[in-house]
Amino acid sequence: MNLEEARRLLKPKAEKALAKSAPYGLDLSLSSFNLGTGFGTGVEGSEKILESVGIDLNERNRSGSYYQVDNKAVYSSTRQKGLTVKPLSQALKNPENLDYYWKALPVDTDKYTAAAFLGEKEGYFIKVDDGVNVDTPVQACLLLRTPGLIQAPHNIVVVGENSRLHVITGCAAMREEAGLHIGVSEFYVKKGGTLTFTMIHSWGKAIHVRPRTVAHVGENSVFISHYINTSQVSSLQTHPVAYLDGEGSRAYLSSIIIGRGASKIDVGGTLELDAPACSGEILSRTIGFDESTVIARARVTGKAPGVRGHVECRGLLLSNKSRIDAIPELEARVQDVQLTHEAAIGRIAEEELLYLVARGFTEEEARSIIVRGFLQVELSGLPENLAKYLEGILDSLAASL
Amino acid sequence: MLYLKGLVVELGGKTVIKGVDLQVNRGELALLMGPNGSGKSTLLHAIVGDKRCRVVSGSLVFNGAELTSLTMEERVRLGLGLGFQFPPRLKGVRLRSLALRILEKKGLSKDEAERVLEEYSRLLRLEGLLDKDFNVGFSGGEAKRAELMLTLLQNPLLLLLDEPDSGVDVENLALMGSAISRYLSSNGRAAILITHTGYIARHVKASEAHVMIDGRIVCSGDPEEMVSNIMEHGFEACVNCRRAKR
Repeated sequence: MNLEEARRLLKPKAEKALAKSAPYGLDLSLSSFNLGTGFGTGVEGSEKILESVGIDLNERNRSGSYYQVDNKAVYSSTRQKGLTVKPLSQALKNPENLDYYWKALPVDTDKYTAAAFLGEKEGYFIKVDDGVNVDTPVQACLLLRTPGLIQAPHNIVVVGENSRLHVITGCAAMREEAGLHIGVSEFYVKKGGTLTFTMIHSWGKAIHVRPRTVAHVGENSVFISHYINTSQVSSLQTHPVAYLDGEGSRAYLSSIIIGRGASKIDVGGTLELDAPACSGEILSRTIGFDESTVIARARVTGKAPGVRGHVECRGLLLSNKSRIDAIPELEARVQDVQLTHEAAIGRIAEEELLYLVARGFTEEEARSIIVRGFLQVELSGLPENLAKYLEGILDSLAASL
Repeated sequence: MLYLKGLVVELGGKTVIKGVDLQVNRGELALLMGPNGSGKSTLLHAIVGDKRCRVVSGSLVFNGAELTSLTMEERVRLGLGLGFQFPPRLKGVRLRSLALRILEKKGLSKDEAERVLEEYSRLLRLEGLLDKDFNVGFSGGEAKRAELMLTLLQNPLLLLLDEPDSGVDVENLALMGSAISRYLSSNGRAAILITHTGYIARHVKASEAHVMIDGRIVCSGDPEEMVSNIMEHGFEACVNCRRAKR
């Protein structure tokens, strides 16, 4: 089969799904956006914002890079043997790679995946061959420049058997005008492999964001995802799903969501613990400012014996006009599973503020120390410099709030 | 250093401090003892400016400055440092980062701050806790040592220590006592130390002891004599003694 045939088979399904609303999040009318290529030609002039989402245009401490502006790939590089980083359109010329093409995520999941499929132009393809450890991160940058555009990158990441890969994706918008980002991502972690995927978003207050992500995690393999959204958005809805289909596999999803302005945010995650002795954890930290609405969902399904899952949703409400919902869900289908959850929403405790002021801090500093503590999530599994970078992002985030 | 005159303090609508006179001079360590609920903690919180403790009347003078109209932030800047009896747990805030921030806030460079922290954490045997969240999962004794360390790192002129010795084992009491004594050996410093049990009194050189009962200081005198009397006869003896004096 070639790409054309594969697309021909998928097309009717996608067309049928164009009117299919997503179960969560603000329902958008796609006709208000266009699915062109966009006029963006490069990343020049965006160094600063890209740095704030983890992208180093000098590629220091990076083993590969991919930059996309609007719907056009503008740069890609690899610096390690056994590692492929290239635009999807090029990767799909090799029919073998069609094995990963819309295989994890159905095109008719909702109108966003349908539109992404029908208007598909580009995205990144990152693959690590079997038995290769890529210990320096690969970076991918998705920059939205053209007003009114749907940016719909289709990304595929494949980690071979007993291999390791770290990806950092930074997504940002260069303008205040409206736009829609639909990032479609399909991840495949094979037997004994490890993928850590870190994604930092910095959009604008008129941008709608609908990432669609599915991961398949094989036997004894590990999938770790960290998501940080720091900026105001018009609306954001995402709900990555990880299928732990190999025995003994592990997954960890963390998200840090800051609701600002009138942002309407619905961020979740699902772990399907389908094979024996799998385990996983979903963690979220949400902060509500201004008039933002933030819904944090997390769902763990235990379908095989000996699986363990845990959900932790914590929210900090810093405005009376903001709203945070935490919705943890657990589902057990067999007896021998252990699923737990904790959820808590609160405000900054007066007692903690008082204590820190007594320790010599101003009230503002005290708040920022408490918020920073609230945002602390486990960053184990990441390479040291990436973990440090994220710590730094969280430090400056807490200091700026 | 510190001079209290006729201090009356309300907490939660109730008068808890009912007219306290107290003076602590440079170089002195005053022990404050008394049964539970007698107002000892409230007194220290009122001195440092906890806004829940409302000064109704009387005066509170520190190094010549009247404190009553100052905020806690301002009082801490003048050199008051309160070691809490029950410091809160701060999830996600590591002891190390909190300590370094306190030191950097005092104007130390990053390197200096790290050096000072290393010294103090060794002195108080806290090295193993530096990378844990502050007070999360600390034992009673660990929490007390960590709290003492942070208070000392603030480098206050007047240390206000609220029961630093409760729940601390003998060996660590000696450590804490020597840390406090060392701190006070520097010029121009003083301390008020609340002790319920009196245990720490063996490890520090106090200049005076005061017994507080029902919001009033009912007895002041030689610390050694008072501590041993109280340890032998309890505060009941003070209550009786107070009655006898009337």
